[in-house]
Amino acid sequence: MSGRDVVLARVRRALADVPRGEGPHDPPVPRDYRRVHGSRTVEETVELLAENLADYRAVVHRCAPAGLPALIARLLAARGARTVVVPAGLDPRWLSAAEVAARPDRATDTARDLAAVDSVLTGCALAVAETGTLVLDAGPDQGRRRITLVPDHHICVVRVPDQVVGSVPEALPRLAPERPLTWISGPSATSDIELDRVEGVHGPRTLEVVLMAADGEG
Amino acid sequence: MSRSFLGMPAFPRAAAVSTRDPRLRANLAHATHTIRDKRARAVAELDDWAQLRAAGAAVKDRTLRHLDHYLEQLEESVAAAGGHVHWAADADEANRIVTRLVRETGEREVVKVKSMATQEIGLNEALAEAGIRAYETDLAELIVQLGDDLPSHILVPAIHRNRGEIRDIFRREMGKWGRPAPEGLSDSPTELAEAARLHLREKFLTAKVGISGANFMVAETGTLVVVESEGNGRMCLTLPETLISVVGIEKTVPTWQDLEVFLQLLPRSSTAERMNPYTTTWTGTTDGDGPRAFHLVLLDNGRTDTLADAVGRQALRCIRCSACLNVCPVYERAGGHAYGSPYPGPIGAILTPQLRGMAGPLEESLPYASSLCGACYEVCPVAIDIPEVLVHLRERVVEGGPVTRRGARVVLKPAKGHAAERAAMRAAAWAFDHPGVLRGGMRLAARTRRLHPRRLPGPGRAWSDTRALPTVPAESFRDWWRRTRGDAGGSERGGVK
Repeated sequence: MSGRDVVLARVRRALADVPRGEGPHDPPVPRDYRRVHGSRTVEETVELLAENLADYRAVVHRCAPAGLPALIARLLAARGARTVVVPAGLDPRWLSAAEVAARPDRATDTARDLAAVDSVLTGCALAVAETGTLVLDAGPDQGRRRITLVPDHHICVVRVPDQVVGSVPEALPRLAPERPLTWISGPSATSDIELDRVEGVHGPRTLEVVLMAADGEG
Repeated sequence: MSRSFLGMPAFPRAAAVSTRDPRLRANLAHATHTIRDKRARAVAELDDWAQLRAAGAAVKDRTLRHLDHYLEQLEESVAAAGGHVHWAADADEANRIVTRLVRETGEREVVKVKSMATQEIGLNEALAEAGIRAYETDLAELIVQLGDDLPSHILVPAIHRNRGEIRDIFRREMGKWGRPAPEGLSDSPTELAEAARLHLREKFLTAKVGISGANFMVAETGTLVVVESEGNGRMCLTLPETLISVVGIEKTVPTWQDLEVFLQLLPRSSTAERMNPYTTTWTGTTDGDGPRAFHLVLLDNGRTDTLADAVGRQALRCIRCSACLNVCPVYERAGGHAYGSPYPGPIGAILTPQLRGMAGPLEESLPYASSLCGACYEVCPVAIDIPEVLVHLRERVVEGGPVTRRGARVVLKPAKGHAAERAAMRAAAWAFDHPGVLRGGMRLAARTRRLHPRRLPGPGRAWSDTRALPTVPAESFRDWWRRTRGDAGGSERGGVK
């Protein structure tokens, strides 16, 4: 017998007490938990996102679309970044004011190539206010997963309020399971030494989030 | 090369040593108390915690009751997304499969994400025998590996080490495995984390094979989920060309929607965060992004034996958050190593004996590694009634009875060493059935109370080593009641004033 046959046969023998008539969708799962915690206006939801991002040591900035290129130029300059990797589908205007070498995300790049890059600039798929989480789904303005992993400085632009959801239950239906997802809540951290939280291990040690208001706002 | 949990002594012997280690107790008390309070705050933020907990338990129960269905669905979904699914009935089979898969890549080194399942099966040792070096990349696992040590906590395997000890291990050992620790490394956690970053960077950038576990596997979509903090998980899951994930069959959940429950329950219970820094989900392989080959090894290794016990199977709901360890008075004092397996604490006390078919002195002693205070049940995010299972397993140990071992039903004999307990329980049962005997016995005990020893003789001695014997009152409650109220106040019986 193959390992598969052995394991499945054992499972079936182990479940001899389960009534024959019980289907795989029984017993029912009570889903009386909240879809979102508390009621908030759209502005309050964005405010909560900003608070929770900052609470886990992400640096939060706000701007209107017209101000984005200048803001990004300022953040990169303050960091002293000379090279920045950008996903293929990123709006080129975002980097139009920055004096850095933009490096497109390429399939031929090795991890070592990326380690030599100072910063990465991306959009996101959505952000979750209650948990202060950014979700990337490798879309055109986000690129391959590794570009937001290897460089030490990540600038992520969130379009508010369109890309902001309140809670985890509101986030999942908007995400496609077949895409590779990365959920990011603050810069990398560890609690492995005396269960004390320390920011900055293997992922980008600096995470800057730009909350970009829709046209005519902010 | 590294130590293993094989041949560990029974819990009382191991705990007798560890409870005398003041540094271990100080490290554990500090760490568990820190996280306990943080967890309580993180949980209190959600006013529907009880509902989430009930939903989490129900999702897991549904999956377990139809595990064959969901495993077949999962296999189909993973294969449809470009992954390869392998099945391993036990540790040896899993190790053989992984070793073969690594060999087929031609590589001699692998990078690993922290994984309980691979600890359980001794994968690193099996790979080493085949000439393949496995690098642990989680900070705590790195500390354990460099220190030639054993993990002692589910979330923080090096919790028994304080910052000074970690600095010493890094200074002494890092150079033997790769990039040495920076000159003048101090014991500040920030500097220690930086040293780990530098040490592991080289490994990540060159690794061709990654090995992981998974926190969840979604049957309907074939998606695997790894929840982590440091980014070492992302490194191992996205940079190598080949990814091999070894996952216990009980990690299956039916639907994508089910993640909305567990992604709220797990981080708050585990690291006491609203959300952990990084969560990666992947479904098979994606062109041009991440590994080109993905292998999923589904691991049984005693899980189906556990599933066969209708009371004990709730242990398979466990999502490895470690909240039960952090609140356990026994864990806090005895430490994780005394539990003799990668699963310490209350969950280990019910999981290890069941995974190993209740065979051996360690497994028989673990259900007793508890005061039955119930704190573990209260904090468990999937409502595993650990005290209930502990008592159930104690009964198996004392009375014997049927268990499943490697898929076969065997009947356990009553364990040796519990003869006095069994005799006492039988005598008590008989006395309670015979009121005259009970009354006579209590009067005899009352009249001879001055002659009672301070310590029990014979097999009872161990019990009274650490406990004061209760003093027998001069008059039993029944006699007192009869004397003061019983005869005169028959009409008031049952009344409470």
